[in-house]
Amino acid sequence: MESNGVHSSLILQEIEKLKAEKKDIENRISVLEAQLNDVVAKEGTVSSSSCPPLSITYLGLEHGLSPEMIYRYSRHLLLPNFGVQGQSNLLKSSILVVGAGGLGSPALLYLAACGVGRLGIVDHDVVELNNLHRQIIHAEAYIGQSKVKSAAAACRAINSSIQIVEHKEALRTSNALEIMSKYDIVVDATDNAPSRYLISDCCVVLGKPLISGAALGLEGQLTVYNHNGGPCYRCLFPTPPPTTACQRCSDSGVLGVVPGVIGCLQALEALKVASAVGEPLSGRMLLFDALSARIRIVKIRGRSLNCEACGENAAFTRQFFQNFDYEKFTQSPLSTTPLKLKLLPETARISSEEYKERVANGEAHVLIDVRPAHHFKIVSLPKALNVPLSTLEAQLSAISSALKDEEERKGLGSGSNASLYVICRRGNDSQRAVDCLHKMGFSSAKDIIGGLESWAQNVDPNFPTY
Amino acid sequence: MQLTLEFGGGLELLCQSVKIHNVDVDQAGEEKLTMRHLLSWVRTNLIKERPEMFMKGDTVRPGVLVLVNDCDWELSGQLDTTLDDKDVVVFISTLHGG
Ligand SMILES: [Zn+2]
Repeated sequence: MESNGVHSSLILQEIEKLKAEKKDIENRISVLEAQLNDVVAKEGTVSSSSCPPLSITYLGLEHGLSPEMIYRYSRHLLLPNFGVQGQSNLLKSSILVVGAGGLGSPALLYLAACGVGRLGIVDHDVVELNNLHRQIIHAEAYIGQSKVKSAAAACRAINSSIQIVEHKEALRTSNALEIMSKYDIVVDATDNAPSRYLISDCCVVLGKPLISGAALGLEGQLTVYNHNGGPCYRCLFPTPPPTTACQRCSDSGVLGVVPGVIGCLQALEALKVASAVGEPLSGRMLLFDALSARIRIVKIRGRSLNCEACGENAAFTRQFFQNFDYEKFTQSPLSTTPLKLKLLPETARISSEEYKERVANGEAHVLIDVRPAHHFKIVSLPKALNVPLSTLEAQLSAISSALKDEEERKGLGSGSNASLYVICRRGNDSQRAVDCLHKMGFSSAKDIIGGLESWAQNVDPNFPTY
Repeated sequence: MQLTLEFGGGLELLCQSVKIHNVDVDQAGEEKLTMRHLLSWVRTNLIKERPEMFMKGDTVRPGVLVLVNDCDWELSGQLDTTLDDKDVVVFISTLHGG
């Protein structure tokens, strides 16, 4: 037995050593790959411009496409409806994609591949593991690095003959005019309401067409704003929705392919506007329902004369735009930091470390997990009782009997009660639940500060987060 | 009057996660059924929770698009839009995610 134990520990040591070496090699490979991309990008531009001057003038080359371009884009050129003119327009155009996430990923890949002359990418975020199921432009090797850097490298790897511009910053009123004015077309691939108003207003001020896409859960939406007399975002949504109606992918979930589909369609609409080919989706909106496999294209209102941004008496100047407070207007933050609610007094809260201590000391208690049932199924703490916040009031008697059971089990006499703790994912809903429990007579209920995220961060690093 | 009502963009969560409802709406003696009437009918008969997520005052809340036969109700008179038998009315909440 002992020799077996020694033997397995040696194997484990060897595995750990090899894993460390593997990680080191992978890191070295990704650094070299990034270097290679840069070198290829430079060589690509050099070789395309360093062709020896031709002594023969071929017919038809007045369109300015080099032989390499003709070969690369030949399948576009073969389309009678697109052809040399469409490609040549595309190569002269510039497109800015705001957001290198679920929508921006496929949009950027296609726009780079199809030969947009100059492609700009705006994002302030870094790549995370839980992005990769939908943000297909990013690879594992870029986790922890800037999304713009990662996306730009992927675009350059596909097409080194176009110009890729990196804007590693969040779009704000202070920089939007300067950044967006350098491009012909803007693609909104962001994930929040204030950014959508900000980008649309800036497009109106600068007179740029806006290709707007959105996706959440199993649904997507797409339209082209501020183009050919069509409406802007504010024409359609003059008043922002209540913040409770603005769900985020990090809370509600999203099926990876859904933003993929919408992002591809955004690339298509941007390409059509840039090449002046076809009929852009202006004055119309595409609604995509993945679950029932249905696409509906509806007619929407035209430009509104009363619109505050683009209407007849609109006062939306550059100055006005720069001073506009979009976070106040929409009551939600431009960045994606989750809400940190402070509803309860300190006496009604305990930290995750403190909770762990109390469990270790065998304290008589009941732990209520107020997350929705499908969250609870992902992972939960031992002995937690799942009572989703929306059903809390209907399950008060179940909580009472759970407390009574615990008191009997621990042999508590009358006068000493089991404690009641409430946990959720991040520590917001647990506060709402405790607030409600206090009002319903459970005056000793306490919430666990920071929820399961805090548990994972401060108590058990092996506890899965999502 | 037979109508098909559809809810999307999260609004279906207010009616027990059912997206498509084939309904028979009582015209209440009126000659023509208007969207104004339909909205109050929907609020009473279909919306099971958080009605403030569907309506504000006598109309839909900001951020909800209303489409009558695939056309923005802004183009047909909003609350005064009249409905015919077999019409399809879609209520869709605008999405912001990406
Ligand atoms: Zn407008």
